[in-house]
Amino acid sequence: MLRQVEGSKAVADAVAACQPEVICAYPISPQTHIVEGLSQLVKDGTLPNCEFINVESEFAAMSVAIGASATGARTYTATASQGLLYMVEAVYNASGLGLPIVMTVANRAIGGPINIWNDHSDSMSQRDSGWLQLYAENNQEAVDLHIQAFRIAEEMSMPVMVCMDGFILTHAYEQVDIPTTDEVKAFLPPFVPRQHLDPAEPVSIGAMVGPESFMEVKYLAHQRMIDSAAKVQEVAKDFEAHFGRKTGGLLRSYRTDGAETIVLALGSIIGTLKDVVDELNLDGKSIGVVGLTSFRPFPYEAVAAALKGAKRVIILEKAFSTGTGGIVTQDVARAIEGMGIKDFTVIAGLGGRPITIASLRNYLTNAMAENVERLTFLDLEIDTVEVEINKERALR
Amino acid sequence: MSTTQVKFYQVGSFAVGNRLLRDDERSVQSDPDRTNALTSGHRACQGCGEALGARYALDAAMRATNDQLIAVNATGCLEVFSTPYPESSWRVAWLHSLFGNAPAVATGVAAALKAKGNTTTRVVAQGGDGATVDIGLGPLSGMFERNDDVLYICYDNEAYMNTGVQRSGATPPAARTATTQAVGANPGNLFGQGKYLPKIAMAHDIPYVATATIADLRDLEAKVERAMSMRGARYLHVLVPCPLGWGSASADTIKIARLATQSGLFPVFEAVNGEVVASSKIRHRVPVDEYLKLQARYSHLFSPQRNDQVIDHLQRIADKNIERYELIISEGE
Repeated sequence: MLRQVEGSKAVADAVAACQPEVICAYPISPQTHIVEGLSQLVKDGTLPNCEFINVESEFAAMSVAIGASATGARTYTATASQGLLYMVEAVYNASGLGLPIVMTVANRAIGGPINIWNDHSDSMSQRDSGWLQLYAENNQEAVDLHIQAFRIAEEMSMPVMVCMDGFILTHAYEQVDIPTTDEVKAFLPPFVPRQHLDPAEPVSIGAMVGPESFMEVKYLAHQRMIDSAAKVQEVAKDFEAHFGRKTGGLLRSYRTDGAETIVLALGSIIGTLKDVVDELNLDGKSIGVVGLTSFRPFPYEAVAAALKGAKRVIILEKAFSTGTGGIVTQDVARAIEGMGIKDFTVIAGLGGRPITIASLRNYLTNAMAENVERLTFLDLEIDTVEVEINKERALR
Repeated sequence: MSTTQVKFYQVGSFAVGNRLLRDDERSVQSDPDRTNALTSGHRACQGCGEALGARYALDAAMRATNDQLIAVNATGCLEVFSTPYPESSWRVAWLHSLFGNAPAVATGVAAALKAKGNTTTRVVAQGGDGATVDIGLGPLSGMFERNDDVLYICYDNEAYMNTGVQRSGATPPAARTATTQAVGANPGNLFGQGKYLPKIAMAHDIPYVATATIADLRDLEAKVERAMSMRGARYLHVLVPCPLGWGSASADTIKIARLATQSGLFPVFEAVNGEVVASSKIRHRVPVDEYLKLQARYSHLFSPQRNDQVIDHLQRIADKNIERYELIISEGE
């Protein structure tokens, strides 16, 4: 049944339908509405047999999740921005211990300067953390990805981050279909942990691993991440069979058949890009969109297949590596190595800067003519920054 | 859990529980069929106070819970010497996550058990003084404030021993550590305000706070047992001398722990719901000198001559403890 609800409320209801046993959370915008919703559902009895723990920091939130998951409980938390950075030590520990925790990241910029608005700097900083990262295009996909995430996590014994754009999705009211608990039960079997803390069969979890085995342990994590791509696809297919919706998976292509130019992006901007691409196609331009759902695992083969035949790819990113440029670009460039496809990167929407159709249209028109730099910052106030750059240089 | 046949080479010793006592008065350790939470073969240093304290504390907790126990460990000596992969000395369900998060991880374990309706399995968290009073203080305070059903045990050896004896918030004044060297006008650690965690724990009004030392293992066992008879957040602070960090003979570990209490420098007491209800009385009071002299970390106080000013200051701290925790029964009582 379709309901007109806020993205955060939709995610809270979807997570509740997955029947987590332990939820822990610490407030940070723009993630707060999700856990507020869940705390309500636990307190009013809608979500029974679930412990909702109000912790004193994000570091504690992930740590409580680690303890709960290691004891065999289905465990959920949510965070954003500074909160994600504050819990980083535990984020890496959760994946290292193979704990299938599901966490929402309501994507937000990282300070300083402090900024509460949307970009992807937070989750991108956790690229190498050993967590899967799935990016939602809209609130329906955010709902569906959470349900898929629990199944992927538990079947792979790996933690999964579901990334949804802060405010743009978390605070947007859209029509979404939220599966019922019974419907989810038919798709998501009860959690059976690979190993867990049990006095009847005591195990030691989290031993100190020395140089003689550490490389092997890390290689196994690498291989597991690669293998998880097949699981992401399999679960998306099964989800479609259960719920009749094509959501999740590795990536989705839009108007890419025979397209000379393809724009690749993650998250909610894909919707805007589809509109711009529609307009440009009406003008007779040959351009399509690839929306990347799975950033980790990075689907090299699927990206290569999706971009095959194009002359150029434009990677639109809401985060960047200071001093070098696009983060997703590095992986895309490897995926298309030797295919004769030129890559361009556009960094857009940092700290919540609106990405307008007019700006995108203007940039893409130039990019299609290869009349842009390899790296562009969309709508950058170039005069302002140049004055500042000259001032700084003079002081050195 | 399977048991280990323990060979006793000594009878009538407190080290294995006094076998001259009636069966029901004996220590867990005097049972040759005892379960061994932390079994032999680990890599602790000779004379390690923490290894002794942890074994007695967890064995007592095992007995108190009928082996239905999960232990969470902070990073530190205890974790490193007990679990060099692929070996483990733990015969209890055991989880190590990070240095500063053991209380929160234990909260998670307790929450999972509660969600699953498991009321018999209990949770113990343990860490050294660095993990407890410094890096993990936030999560510990959170665990206290929520009154989560966890017994947290701090094995206090008064510095970061695992990383090579650096100063912690629990390092006493004047003690030499690798980051408070015995040089300059004020050698050793400075006289700060101190960070006495038992009092911080009591300020949360949690059901049970107690201190103990490895000099009185029966007292330690009794306190663990009492803690496990309660629900909610409980805190046990155990003084565990470290021969390496304190510069003492490994044979003197227990003696030094005893001198710490007999001098008044380490008060042994129990507090229920934030109020002190009992303290262990000092029967043979000793000047702090006797405690300090056995440890190279204080050798700068005695050489080239006795540093009266600093030792008197330490004596005043001991005197204040004796008064505050009523450690000596005054004349006429």
